[in-house]
Amino acid sequence: MILGRVSGSLHSTIHHPFYANRRLLVVDKLDARGEPTGDYLIAVDAVDAGAGETVLVIDEGNSARQIVDDAMAPLRSIIVGIVDDTTLTE
Amino acid sequence: MKLGRVIGTVTPAVVYAGLEGAPLLLIQGLDKRCRSAGSPFVATDPTRMAGPGELIYYESSREAALAMDPWFVPVDAAVIGIVDDLRLLEDET
Repeated sequence: MILGRVSGSLHSTIHHPFYANRRLLVVDKLDARGEPTGDYLIAVDAVDAGAGETVLVIDEGNSARQIVDDAMAPLRSIIVGIVDDTTLTE
Repeated sequence: MKLGRVIGTVTPAVVYAGLEGAPLLLIQGLDKRCRSAGSPFVATDPTRMAGPGELIYYESSREAALAMDPWFVPVDAAVIGIVDDLRLLEDET
C-alpha cells in the first residue's frame, strides 16, 4: 500500500463498464514524511475520501479485485483508507 | 491508472491472434497536469471511442488484458476511458 493525497477528481462518461458510477480521484504519491514524490495515480475511491485528504491506496490488481469482489475488473489502484496521522520513528 | 493523450493510430499488417480487431492507438503518457511524461507507447482501445488528441486514462499489465473484450487478449496497455473533465485542487484554491 502507499500513502497518497487526493489532489483532484476526474469525470468520464465513456469508459470500461466496470467504471460506471465509480468515483475516480487523482492521488499524489507521498513519501514517508508526507511530502509529494512527484508521481501520481488515478484511483477508484472506496471510502469517500475528500479533496486534500491523506489516503491509503492499494496499488496492486489482485488485492483491488478482491476488494471490489470482481475477478474481471481492470482495476489496480483503489483508495482503501483515510489517514489521520503518521508518525516516523527516525 | 495514469493519464494519456491519443497522438496517433497504428495499423498492423500482421498481428498476434486475438489482436486482429482491436484498434491500436499511439498514446503519449502525461503527468497530472497533462504535460508529456515518458515516451509514447501503443495501447489498444477497448472503448473503440478514443479519437486523436483526446485525453484518456489507461491501465497497463494484467489490468490492460482484463479490460479487453474478450478478455486476456495479450496486451500490456489499454485505454480504460476518455476524460470528460479533470479538476485539480491546485487549480481551484
